[in-house]
Amino acid sequence: MAVIEARGLHKNFGSTIALDGIDLRVDEGRILGLIGPNGAGKTTALNAMLGLTPYDGGLTVLGRDPWREREQLMCDVSFIADVAVLPRWIRVCQLLDYVAGVHPRFDRGKAEGFLAKTSIQLGKKVRELSKGMVAQLHLAVVMAIDARLLVLDEPTLGLDILYRKQFYDSLLNDYFDRTRTIIVTTHQVEEIQHVITDLMFIDRGRIVLSCSMDQFESRYLEVSVNPEKLAAARALKPIHERQVFARSILLFDGVDRQQLATLGEVRTASIADLFVAVIGKQNTASGAA
Amino acid sequence: MNTQTNTISESLEAPRVAPVALPATRPLYWSIRREVWENRWIYVGQLAVAVVFLVVFFINMTVWLARMRGPSATNPEKYWEAVSLPYNIGAGVMMGTLILMSLFYSADALYGERRDRSILFWKSLPVSDHTVVLAKASIPLVILPLLTIAVTIAMHVTMLMISSVVLPASGMSIASLWAELSIFQMWGMLAYHLFLAHAIWPFPVYCWLMLVSGWARRATLFWAALPVVAIGGIEKLVFHTSHFVSMVGTRLIGGGAPTDITSGEMFPTGPMTHLTPLRYLGAPSLWLGLAVAAIFLFAAVRLRRYRDPV
Repeated sequence: MAVIEARGLHKNFGSTIALDGIDLRVDEGRILGLIGPNGAGKTTALNAMLGLTPYDGGLTVLGRDPWREREQLMCDVSFIADVAVLPRWIRVCQLLDYVAGVHPRFDRGKAEGFLAKTSIQLGKKVRELSKGMVAQLHLAVVMAIDARLLVLDEPTLGLDILYRKQFYDSLLNDYFDRTRTIIVTTHQVEEIQHVITDLMFIDRGRIVLSCSMDQFESRYLEVSVNPEKLAAARALKPIHERQVFARSILLFDGVDRQQLATLGEVRTASIADLFVAVIGKQNTASGAA
Repeated sequence: MNTQTNTISESLEAPRVAPVALPATRPLYWSIRREVWENRWIYVGQLAVAVVFLVVFFINMTVWLARMRGPSATNPEKYWEAVSLPYNIGAGVMMGTLILMSLFYSADALYGERRDRSILFWKSLPVSDHTVVLAKASIPLVILPLLTIAVTIAMHVTMLMISSVVLPASGMSIASLWAELSIFQMWGMLAYHLFLAHAIWPFPVYCWLMLVSGWARRATLFWAALPVVAIGGIEKLVFHTSHFVSMVGTRLIGGGAPTDITSGEMFPTGPMTHLTPLRYLGAPSLWLGLAVAAIFLFAAVRLRRYRDPV
């Protein structure tokens, strides 16, 4: 079942095109990583899905029109828009009271259970918590909501490495159960490589790459090429080449693993390297044009 | 392998938690509580003003006692004035505080949540823009006047208690104070006056401030005042009159509301005040003002839907 379906999703800010005709479909039970450079349109796309901004084109989220039905949609969708959007004046217990008061799918006991594992005290105000604790608090609230879709826009920006690791661990262990769907955008791509099931690159309002992580792992291979095999390797048309410690690392798209193994040491590409290869090439190409 | 497949299909079929059925008014109730939590200054401020007034009252006790003993003691009307003056001044001070608070609250109502970006959190919950804007509008319309009445009553009770100790000590009767003051009538009139003249009557002004607070990127009060000054200036230039500015001004301070006919007294809580609720309800200016307020509120709801955080 499609949780999100977009057809020709389009959005302008004056003369700037933020979304340039996006088609996408996200099925139930997937964890989609939406990756793109700054200003690529990630947040605009998410805001359209969350009913925060009007748009042109077709878009349904859980069968609803997000712009017209935001209030009803938010019963089944949770989102963390940024690391620091919890009101700073609110006390932790007030926050739980409020969400329990307005949200029909919020389980207060569950949220308190998550918070008990942290050092966050119920009587504290958000402004008295560290940035990492605020992120933990927001995640605890969101995980206690029995939502069908969770949208995370840069949920770990500016957090230290311990909090970032914990964040994704809790998400996978305590929340994700294959009936939920998660969309996450982040610049820390290496952190989500083993979290996501699907990958999408977005650049200048367009989707430039979309594949499942299963496809990704079989399709994109990186070879640390033996110097004497470099010419043979280049003949196989790598999509990217970089130098590490005087050795050439070549990235291939859809070349047979066995064949590559004769050229050097083969490993699955990282999302970051593929990102540089795909988005970097696009920018060079358009720069030359 | 088999087990794993089973687990997956089981979890796929697992029924979701049935949502708790919430009454439609619950989000409104919690949205109002949120406003009170966020704006603690509205009750802390009222209490602080009341405490300061009580201190001043206590210090000036002798002046008040002298007035009660003075030549006015023989004239019942003058005597009432002398007895009730501190109570009326106290209520007047609280009234002024109410006007200031409603003004500043409304000017920040839809701005604060955009400034601190918490609007992105509030919008992640199933609460409509209508509910949020209505909750915010209810603060100057209902919550602040109720609070002012409660604090004023508490202040008056404290003043009575102080008087009950001091008056016998200086050889005066408490009974005559109570008899003259008719405190319950005073509170009733205060409540009537606060709601009709300082909440409902200036409501369009507060709604205008809320609307601007949902639109402005900074300096809400400036942007709210600018059109008033501009329209006032044009009117003065073209027609040599200043009806618009004085209309806004009197609305704001509760003047011109057809709530009562006072017989030359300074305070609307005096025994000679003749309440005119029917004239108030029949005044076209009241309904015109409320219609304008409704338009502003509707526009504020639309703005909250469209505007991004500052």
